[in-house]
Amino acid sequence: MSEQSSAATPQSNLAKVFASGAFAVTGELGPPKGADPEVIREKAKLLKGFVDAVNITDNQTAVVRMSSIAAAALSHQAGVEPIVQMTCRDRNRLAIEADLLGAWALGLRNLLCLSGDHQTFGNHKDSKNVWDIDSIQLVKMMEDMRSKGIFINGEELEGEPPDFFLGAVENPFADPLHYRPFRVAKKVRAGAKFLQTQCIYNMDKFKDFMSKLGDMGVLDDIHIMAGLSPLKGPGMAKYMRDMVPGMDVPDEVVERMTGAGQGIEDKAERSKAWRAEGIKYCIEQIQEVREIPGVRGVHVMAIEWEEAVKPIVEGAGLLPRPQAIGSAASA
Amino acid sequence: MIVAEQKPLDEIMQSVSEDKNVLVLGCGTCVTVCFAGGEKEAEILAASMRMRSEMSDGGCTVDHLTIQRQCEWEYLDSAADAIKGADKVVSLACGIGAQAIIERFPEAQMVPGLNTRFYGLPTKQGVWEERCGGCGDCVLEYTDGICPVSRCSKSLLNGPCGGSHDGLCEVSDEMECAWHLIVERMEKLGHLDRLEEMHEPKNWSAARDGGPGKIVREDLLREPPGEVDEGEEGTGS
Repeated sequence: MSEQSSAATPQSNLAKVFASGAFAVTGELGPPKGADPEVIREKAKLLKGFVDAVNITDNQTAVVRMSSIAAAALSHQAGVEPIVQMTCRDRNRLAIEADLLGAWALGLRNLLCLSGDHQTFGNHKDSKNVWDIDSIQLVKMMEDMRSKGIFINGEELEGEPPDFFLGAVENPFADPLHYRPFRVAKKVRAGAKFLQTQCIYNMDKFKDFMSKLGDMGVLDDIHIMAGLSPLKGPGMAKYMRDMVPGMDVPDEVVERMTGAGQGIEDKAERSKAWRAEGIKYCIEQIQEVREIPGVRGVHVMAIEWEEAVKPIVEGAGLLPRPQAIGSAASA
Repeated sequence: MIVAEQKPLDEIMQSVSEDKNVLVLGCGTCVTVCFAGGEKEAEILAASMRMRSEMSDGGCTVDHLTIQRQCEWEYLDSAADAIKGADKVVSLACGIGAQAIIERFPEAQMVPGLNTRFYGLPTKQGVWEERCGGCGDCVLEYTDGICPVSRCSKSLLNGPCGGSHDGLCEVSDEMECAWHLIVERMEKLGHLDRLEEMHEPKNWSAARDGGPGKIVREDLLREPPGEVDEGEEGTGS
């Protein structure tokens, strides 16, 4: 693992958690479709103390929302360490570099590099896309900025270079399946230090993916975080199975969720039972991934269900978290 | 070839609503091959426009003519009288041919009858698919002959994104994932390891992003008569 920056600069709490050898936990905080900072503060309250850092999504599914950097700054102020997501869909290399210099200046320390969902999925279908660089080139660009103090054009930047803790993502279930571990290796070579996976429901396939990464010898060079998304009910499970590209939800998962509500007539009670089962299933998944060699943490994506994070992390025996953002900043 | 498709008739009629004398000008090259703007299409469009006109005020004459190529002056010149005699020319060429009309005949009034879509090929009867993005910096050598710039919805250069499924693109089940095709082909050719190569950020300035394209071939430039260098005069070259 590469060294993070000098003692004078506040470091990434997430990087410290990994360095300590603790099993890391990250969450997700989606910015609002509006300009109200209270939404971020409220969500941050639900997550504070239960995760080491939270992903702040960047126009997720190509639906316009408050900017990830602005929302990340608000989350940071609210005491929850953010992971700025940056996609290549909406900005060219010039804009990405400028925005990320600003993100570092605002005290943001973690960066997750993604390609981004195609804009035809979202609510601005007629817009132009960018993809000037791809996610792997983005990782490399920021690694060069971090370690060599240069922009993508080779020019040196002024002052201390932004030393982001660099992350990437991979979908172990997307086709061509056997190529996915190679893509992880490529991201590691580009400079990624941690990697969050797409939501796992097919555990056998995920184990296979991890064992291939092990065979390739990359697990010592990257912190893999297993992506888990608690299910709210059979409807969500079916939606994930049938509607989300690259998602692998086995039928038995849908059946398990359906079964949890069986025989319960009252709608509210049934929903409660489903959610309880979703949390229970997620806890079991955490216990299972912890046993897989190379898995160094979990990324819990409780989509518009931040309240679920606490019982999940607590139920998995992962509380208290190693350190709070305040101590990280003053360390 | 350049692949185009005809604009809706309503839109074309709207664009000639003020005109009495309209010429539908077909093009005998790419748009003939993709059944969008050749002789037959020009004839059918002109007939449809006449019918529409007769159904309303009936005051519009619509003629049609097809030349071999709208994107070259000498072919355009063969239609000079018809172009000059029309209140409006509906060009059934690609955007290049359409613009060539007013460059050659600045007094002409032209409206497009086609939407130019892409550089592509017919993959089966009635189906055309994009194959080239005209990026000015070809990467086909690196990707074993399959273009990710035009055929990957995100123009990715370092492998498939996480939305690829069953060989299809996340954008639509009607689209193949270009990177899936590249991976399959590399595997067949026995050098999947080439995918481990890091492809550097692309120089997009070779195409649109560098401003309108222009190629000047000094070796082909012919100086206008009268400006010929004396030393070259009479050499017969």
